[in-house]
Amino acid sequence: MEAIYLLVPIALILVIIGVVVFFWAVKSDQFEDLEGPAHSILFDDDPNDSPPTDNTEKDKPEP
Amino acid sequence: MSNPASTKGLATDCYHCGLPVPAGADYPVFIKGTERAMCCPGCQAVASTIISTGLDQYYQYRTDLAVTPKPLEDELLDELALYDRSDIQQDFVNPLDDQQTEAIFLVEGITCAACTWLIEHQLSKLEGVERCSVNLSNHQLRIQWHTEQIKLSELLAAVYSIGYKAYPYQSAAEDKLQQTENRNYIKRLGIAGAGMAQVMMYAAALYAGAFDYISGEHRDFLRWISLIIATPVVFYSARPFFSAALRNLKNRHLSMDVPVSIAILAAYFASLGSTIFGGREVYFDSVCMFTFFLLLGRFLEFRARSRMDQSSHHLTRLLPDTATLIEQGKQRLVAIRDLKSGDTILVKTAHIIPADGLVISGQSSTDESHLNGEFIPVPKALGDTVVAGSINVEHPLTIQITEVGQNTKLSGILRLLDQARATKPPIAQLADKIAQYFIATVLILATGVALAWTFIDSNQAFWITLSVLVVTCPCALSLATPTALTAATGSLQRLGLLVSRGHTLEGLASISHVIFDKTGTLTTGKLRLQHIHPLGEHNRHQCNHIAAALEAHSEHPIANAFEASPLQAFEPRVHPGQGIEGVIDGQSYRIGRPDFAFSNTVLSPPESNDPQAQWLLLANNTEPMAWFQLDDELRPDAAETVEQLSKLGLKVELLSGDYSNNVASVAKQLNISNYRSGASPMNKMTYTQALQTDGAKILMVGDGINDIPVLAAADVSVAMTSAADLTKANADAILLSSQLSHLVSAIRHARKTHRVIRQNLGWALAYNLIALPAAALGYIPPYFAALGMSLSSLVVVMNALRLSKPLAKAAASEANKSQLASA
Repeated sequence: MEAIYLLVPIALILVIIGVVVFFWAVKSDQFEDLEGPAHSILFDDDPNDSPPTDNTEKDKPEP
Repeated sequence: MSNPASTKGLATDCYHCGLPVPAGADYPVFIKGTERAMCCPGCQAVASTIISTGLDQYYQYRTDLAVTPKPLEDELLDELALYDRSDIQQDFVNPLDDQQTEAIFLVEGITCAACTWLIEHQLSKLEGVERCSVNLSNHQLRIQWHTEQIKLSELLAAVYSIGYKAYPYQSAAEDKLQQTENRNYIKRLGIAGAGMAQVMMYAAALYAGAFDYISGEHRDFLRWISLIIATPVVFYSARPFFSAALRNLKNRHLSMDVPVSIAILAAYFASLGSTIFGGREVYFDSVCMFTFFLLLGRFLEFRARSRMDQSSHHLTRLLPDTATLIEQGKQRLVAIRDLKSGDTILVKTAHIIPADGLVISGQSSTDESHLNGEFIPVPKALGDTVVAGSINVEHPLTIQITEVGQNTKLSGILRLLDQARATKPPIAQLADKIAQYFIATVLILATGVALAWTFIDSNQAFWITLSVLVVTCPCALSLATPTALTAATGSLQRLGLLVSRGHTLEGLASISHVIFDKTGTLTTGKLRLQHIHPLGEHNRHQCNHIAAALEAHSEHPIANAFEASPLQAFEPRVHPGQGIEGVIDGQSYRIGRPDFAFSNTVLSPPESNDPQAQWLLLANNTEPMAWFQLDDELRPDAAETVEQLSKLGLKVELLSGDYSNNVASVAKQLNISNYRSGASPMNKMTYTQALQTDGAKILMVGDGINDIPVLAAADVSVAMTSAADLTKANADAILLSSQLSHLVSAIRHARKTHRVIRQNLGWALAYNLIALPAAALGYIPPYFAALGMSLSSLVVVMNALRLSKPLAKAAASEANKSQLASA
């Protein structure tokens, strides 16, 4: 049972690290939008995944 | 992800916005190799832009149809160019360094997550845009860009070109405060949640050890670890409770925060004592769990409230940002704050009038329904006064300004708001009332017990006093109300009633009067074609088609009452305040006022039971053809709602700003005996306050800006979902579903919630009443105290969860039916 004297403090340190990371995440605006990211993960960022049909003007959006 | 536009399948629906494609409209766009029909040039332009910028996946990702956009006009680009002026920019732009600046915009037209994807991609393709992100929760767009490479107006034009509108967002001080509070809540919840999980793990070991065997050394070690974890939970996460309790004590008022704080602190310090001196029991797990759940309830309430508050900082959105100033015969676009009394301005069709003034040329009508409740636009001609915030419906007007800014009538209404807020009666909170007696009793008893035991056995006095405090721990009592309110609020939200303040439900249970606004609340606020009376040989359908073809050329709200026509009218001419004429199949027709449509003889409209209906006459060159009866349409469930409310024993009244007899006729149709018409915002407020001094508890349902003061003054207020943002921000709840009948369900549910809260409080008090004397006599073993504490809380939570069951299915299916009927 002496293992708990080592393992419990390690667990404690891990929790502290977790909390520090969590606070950093809150500070860097990651909890400002609680709805959007849940959906946006499903959207493909790379339009090249589906072959473009008539994208000749792709890089020059009309204003 | 399904695509509503493609699954609907009907070729006659616009692929972009889902509106029916009118006959003869030909605005095709090739999307992924398939030709898709669009309903208007606006949709076509937007869809083409989306395709040409390679963002066609938008149509695949979206879960909701887009909002119908307006075509991008040069005029709009001129307006946007105004935002490039540095004196206007300084209000909302935040320079980061020499080259980069950042600004926040509020985006209109976001319907689903794909919209945020579309906007982000469209903007990040532009050269000079460093970063951009759209927040789906509050529709804010944050852009960071290089001022050298791209102008602000170009960024905004890019947003407009894909069918959205973006306004500069001036973050108010309250927003900052709210953001900080939101972050603090999340951090506190994080700490409490992590702490709860950890401490419970060690508590499981301690409980197991208590029943089986654990060496004193190991037990103490686990207790010390639990103490280390519980300390930040108590002193960081639970701090809002302590500061609120202190504030209340200073004001000599005992609220629920006081017993909550005592419970947390007493349990914590009792455990601390046990840990240091080797006492019998620690309660760190209860402390953490209790803090976490209470904090979660507060956080959810805070979020609902801040969502509604967000829109309240945009007073200026009631008015446009720019106006067209006429100086020495030349038109110039200026910022609205540059306007002053005496200036001459031009207000174009469908634009909002920016200041109070007099019409000096032009003829049109203005929609003032939000300001005074009149549902038909008021005709305006030379010399008539117009008010800021109303919409110019038909034709351009030249206006000489008489009042600007704070002196306008609109600002006057908003000033009434503060007055109303100050006098709003507080909702009686049952838990707080009980808390006052309870806390006083416990404190007196604990002192008594402490004194008594110092005489009997001074060694035991401290321990027994502590156990009295812990046993009477008002956990269950504190959880009784918030859990019930959270559960009930959730089920009401699924029904379509968004409650922003938790205690609104308690107020809703005790109301005695329900007061409705008319236009936009009991009625839809839109004109509807009620009857067609053909006069000649033409049948109803033919007349309807001809009329609809003519009306298609009008911007007047009357035109919206007509459906799309298969016919097309040529050479259309709109005569403001009179009617429309046009040529169909070589024959010329006129529709409008009787004397305009057919001036040869005087005709009077057919007999009708509705004296206030609007009558339009359709005629050709030789004879009158048909009468069209139009009326502001009652909501389909209005009558039933009024009846049900009366059955619940509530007095229903109608309070409208509309001067016309239409108010009386609506009241008669709905069986409302108490009604008032022509009530100004001030009248509405004083009337309500007079009822309140007679002891009435009032639920006000409204939608207009003229309702804002009375909504703020009423005990409980509900805004319709179509209401102005500012109106919604000042209501206690928003009826998202637009189904009035849901109000009935809400009141029933509120009453049920009230019963559950009483049961919960009763149970919690009964438990304490039994446990307290036993603890005072020193009979309660610590493990039993801990068990009792958890069990009584559990009972309270389970009882509250009964409220989260979905509300009566009947109401929902009825809503569907009426929606189908009206569609």
